[in-house]
Amino acid sequence: MEQTVKLEAVAGATAEQIPLLVLRPSRGWQQLGLKDLWQYRELLYFLCWRDIKVRYKQTALGIAWAILQPLMTMILFSLFFGKLAKMPSDGIPYPLFVLTALVPWMFFANGVTQSAGSLVENASLLKKVYFPRLAVPMASIIAGCVDFVCSFALLIIMMLFYGIVPSAAVVWLPFFLALACIASLGVGLWLSALNVQFRDVRYVIPFLMQLWMFATPIAYPSSLLSEPLRTVYGLNPMVGVVEGFRWVLLGTATSPGPMVWVSAAASLVVLITGAFYFRRMEVTFSDRM
Amino acid sequence: MANLAVRVENLWKQYRVGRQPERYSTLRDTMAGMFRAPLRRMQGLMAGQGTVSSASDDQFWAVKDVSFDIRRGEVVGIIGRNGAGKSTLLKILSRITEPTRGQVSLYGRVGSLLEVGTGFHPELTGRENIQLNAAILGMKREEVAEKFDEIVAFAEVEKFIDTPVKHYSSGMYLRLAFAVAAHLEPEILIVDEVLAVGDAAFQKKCLGKMEGVAKEGRTVLFVSHNMQAVTRLCERVILLDAGGVAGDGPAGQLVTRYLSSSDGNTKMREWDDPVRAPGSDVVRLCAVRTRAEDGHTTDLVDIRKPLGVEIEYEVLKPGHVFHPCFSVHNSEGVHLFSAQDTDGTWRRRHRPPGRYVSTGWIPGDLLNEGAMFVGVAMWTLNPEHCHFYERDAVAFHVVDSYDEESARGGWPFSVPGAIRPFCKWETQSESGVSISREEVRQAPCNR
Repeated sequence: MEQTVKLEAVAGATAEQIPLLVLRPSRGWQQLGLKDLWQYRELLYFLCWRDIKVRYKQTALGIAWAILQPLMTMILFSLFFGKLAKMPSDGIPYPLFVLTALVPWMFFANGVTQSAGSLVENASLLKKVYFPRLAVPMASIIAGCVDFVCSFALLIIMMLFYGIVPSAAVVWLPFFLALACIASLGVGLWLSALNVQFRDVRYVIPFLMQLWMFATPIAYPSSLLSEPLRTVYGLNPMVGVVEGFRWVLLGTATSPGPMVWVSAAASLVVLITGAFYFRRMEVTFSDRM
Repeated sequence: MANLAVRVENLWKQYRVGRQPERYSTLRDTMAGMFRAPLRRMQGLMAGQGTVSSASDDQFWAVKDVSFDIRRGEVVGIIGRNGAGKSTLLKILSRITEPTRGQVSLYGRVGSLLEVGTGFHPELTGRENIQLNAAILGMKREEVAEKFDEIVAFAEVEKFIDTPVKHYSSGMYLRLAFAVAAHLEPEILIVDEVLAVGDAAFQKKCLGKMEGVAKEGRTVLFVSHNMQAVTRLCERVILLDAGGVAGDGPAGQLVTRYLSSSDGNTKMREWDDPVRAPGSDVVRLCAVRTRAEDGHTTDLVDIRKPLGVEIEYEVLKPGHVFHPCFSVHNSEGVHLFSAQDTDGTWRRRHRPPGRYVSTGWIPGDLLNEGAMFVGVAMWTLNPEHCHFYERDAVAFHVVDSYDEESARGGWPFSVPGAIRPFCKWETQSESGVSISREEVRQAPCNR
């Protein structure tokens, strides 16, 4: 008999409603087990909370890093790309142009890096206790939101400084933030599961993130590309996010258009395939660590 | 069926050894494998093996065809030598790893306690760690809030509850970790070797708490090398050997069988690898043996005969006065006695580096029948320091003959008590009847 179901919770096994859990070997693709994840939502909350607490307890500058990182990068980029290379910026002051892209980018890049290493970092936990493993990389991404809020505050200050007021399009901001979350969780799930199997991933990530950053219109506008090409460019999920942030906050003349939908679709594909791949590999995690 | 808590049916678990034991694979290996695998599969097809996996040579079965049922409220011990599959079995039951074949049915919420303090973070305070750990173990927030004070009181860390646990002593850390886990209230509790850590008082507390859990009617699965704890806690024991069930029955019977089986090898423990041997950089334990009067190593001793506990150790640094000692516990976990070195030769004298063998003799006619567990330790004074303490290093059985020469006299049934000294008895006949010594010897056993 082909057993495709790994776990089934059959309620009401006896009159006293004792839940029955059947453990069997799994074959092939698994269900996502979102119900299980929902039951462990408190763990997700505590894991986030631990990540945040520990990160800021252990570093001397603490939360200031969340502001210093984009600030320093912005200054560097403004000097080299803005002043020296005279990069176009859709008519926006270059530092603000860069920072608006850096804020979601850093959220994405840090989220991917943190979640990719999260399973290996929590190996001792994974080897000792059962809980839905999806909670671990998810917590890393959610914990990154604190950094995002701080760097976003910096962005608002910069906007005030340059006297730029967002248009009504700002209502789309949550959409683009969600897109950034989806993209970073999707990539994070892929990489974290791969990292358990191939520890090479750890060395690949910094390099990958650097390449990805230059493949994303952070230092330059995507308007450099003409239209059919620009939509194809949206296959990089972060293109849609970054251009979306610029559009809703800075009111760049060129609205992102179909590119955003391409990015959204690409992020969803990455997230869904990532989640299924993760679930498929999940059963081997504790044996591999 | 209604009373069932756990049903394990034909459970198998396979691990890969050799190529990927604990090491992770690298991309390079996998890429190379991707090219090699189709080739191998082709070869397999040619040889008529179908698409059977080609890497069978690296595989090893940690659990082989294990089946058993556990009723609700039972406290079951799982014993066996290292590598018998105990931990793998518990890992499957607690959903950490999947079985390769077979099926497990669990009736009720499962709480597993595979290592005390799992998930504790040193930077977080005691309070924060309680909350985090409780969430990891699957407790709801209201449940934690309700039991918070109880947990803190059990752990005896009230004063330090808002201090990061990295400042805790190891004892406090362990107490807190166990307290959280002990207040979890699953229908099925799985415990692995938690009692291997901590001081005696702490172990006692843990055992007491676990007895309480069992009394509340919850099902407990308990894996341990601590045979005293197993016999004290469990009414039933499943003995595993080489991945399969070698025995399933009353605890006392199975523990005795395990200890007396030649593979149990309880009469001798040797540490060949000096790195893994218990000890410090001053002195290291090499071996512990139990010897009969005639010099043979044995784990069976006649109740009337003395038994030598031999501690072999290597002194690595000069300038220390050593106090070797051993303790004896019975299978109920009662600490019967501790014996200190009584040999005056080395008293208050530094022992130069080298190998030593110290033997302490347990007199005959002292212990009662049954399994005895010997722990050995090495102390130095000024400052007082324990270099090693190996509990249950060896075990032996005290057996009584029924030839009426021992302290049981003519009594045919079990003789209760922790010890059984030979007490001299005299009976005077007030009516003046006298029986000569010869007549006593020749008298038939008229019971």
